[in-house]
Amino acid sequence: MELFELTAHELHAKLDKRETSAEEIVKSVLGRISKTENKVSAFMTINIDEAIIKAKEIDDYIASGKKLTPLTGIPVAIKDNMCTRGILTTASSKILRNYIPPYNATVVEKILQAGAIPIGKTNLDEFAMGSSTENSAYKVTKNPWNLGTVPGGSSGGSAACIAADEAILAFGSDTGGSIRQPASFCGVVGLKPTYGRVSRYGLIAFASSLDQIGPLTKDVTDAAIFLNAMAGHDPKDSTSVDLSVPDYRKSLIDDVKNLKIGVIKELLGEGISSSVKKSILEAAELLKKLGAKVEEVSMPTLKYGVAAYYLLATAEASSNLERYDGVKYGHRSASSDDILAMYYNTRREGFGPEVKRRIMLGTYALSAGYYDAYYLKAQKVRTLIKNDFDKAFSKFDALLSPTAPSPAFKIGEKTDDPLSMYLSDIATIPVNLAGIPAISIPCGFVNDLPVGLQIIGKAFSEEMLFRVAYTYEQNTEWHKRKPKL
Amino acid sequence: MKVTIKDVEHVAILARLGLSDDEKKKFTEQLSRILEYAEVINKLDTKKVEPTSHAIPMKNIFREDKVVPCENAKEITANAPKEDNNMFSVPRIME
Repeated sequence: MELFELTAHELHAKLDKRETSAEEIVKSVLGRISKTENKVSAFMTINIDEAIIKAKEIDDYIASGKKLTPLTGIPVAIKDNMCTRGILTTASSKILRNYIPPYNATVVEKILQAGAIPIGKTNLDEFAMGSSTENSAYKVTKNPWNLGTVPGGSSGGSAACIAADEAILAFGSDTGGSIRQPASFCGVVGLKPTYGRVSRYGLIAFASSLDQIGPLTKDVTDAAIFLNAMAGHDPKDSTSVDLSVPDYRKSLIDDVKNLKIGVIKELLGEGISSSVKKSILEAAELLKKLGAKVEEVSMPTLKYGVAAYYLLATAEASSNLERYDGVKYGHRSASSDDILAMYYNTRREGFGPEVKRRIMLGTYALSAGYYDAYYLKAQKVRTLIKNDFDKAFSKFDALLSPTAPSPAFKIGEKTDDPLSMYLSDIATIPVNLAGIPAISIPCGFVNDLPVGLQIIGKAFSEEMLFRVAYTYEQNTEWHKRKPKL
Repeated sequence: MKVTIKDVEHVAILARLGLSDDEKKKFTEQLSRILEYAEVINKLDTKKVEPTSHAIPMKNIFREDKVVPCENAKEITANAPKEDNNMFSVPRIME
């Protein structure tokens, strides 16, 4: 096995025994990138020189006899909507084409402190708005399993680089499924933590009541290790929760005996492909065989999630994106004779079609005369969806569904039909609305494309998700398959 | 909900978003379709339901209002499209 093929925990074991060095690991990953990136296009920026310099520093640090953290010397890819001091951060938007953040996102600061090595910034749908990464203003990322299909989105670059072994760990962000759906499409592990578990400071805001940063990894163990490194309260994000963070590695237990697991009926019905449904039911059957008590559960309000989400998330986005006005950073139109012309022209030239569409939709939902009918009504539906989850969790330890209604779709297939693109998030969106955690893990293949199993838990029950996911992973082989590139 | 081109023009002004005629036409049609879909939520009775703005309980958190030195002002204004002596320069807004 080449070093780039290994997981973070495998590389850590090698570093700990001095069987390899950070420099060898970084050079192995960069070598892989130079061979496959022209096919996959996962990265916006690759930190070649900086990564090698940093790796040498880490090797000196290790040689001095200092203790290693689980992330010491591990190459990490960072979604390009997270601020990295001194490194171009575009959110894959033209409006930020030249933005060099003067500070690090808290999650970036944390992994730097832990000795991880930022290897590059990954492509996304502009401002994380999309489900295919086709909305990037710069490039179309390809699914490593089939270069004619999308990697999912919006964290498509992060998911694709993990599937292609172009990074060991990757940060994603998830507002309506943007970690889990690309994880599903690319056959990797993706976790959206509970809202407030991870600081959002330095994450370029899309919809602030829904956004959450989380890990994309090659296996469940790495997801637990990576979450350990990023979770916790941050005084710079007052929505991050002041609760102690458990050691998530301790929840990697191969045992689901007597756990109560619900299979969500409404997410296996209309609109879900029959082959995906089959994979999910087989996964449920396996967990049952391993001792879990598996039952069907009905959650009738979930089917209203997409509608409520596209009113709430766009309303929040229209407000968050007001800051791109051509004054403090990013693009300013050459036609800026007066202040209004500067606003109109800067935003017309800087934003792509999907971002404009969402600003329009959100502004409409918040505008006089429509606020009660759309925005307020959607907030009430959000309460009903949350109540439905509360009710389910009074009976179940975890819930199962597909992560996405189908495997990866073809590039260009849904770009002319925004609504059909929005519906590809039908199973992931309710989780963001309820603020709860969910993980996507590989659970099968359809026509050589991966299928993802979504495991949902109540707020701050990431340990339960890791336990169920780890048990499933230890008893299956899906996560060991690699795409041929 | 049928969205008209007038609605689209009004909302674009609120959002300070310049749109081409093609975009106006396209958004009129697309917003109509999306809002028509969104109206499924009207099937739910929410008369006695409180709205949720954040799923996890939140309260305002205050910090001391204290002046602290900014060590990297240059790094910040370096991003400005137009910068003048460590300040952001904008078109004149008053005569």
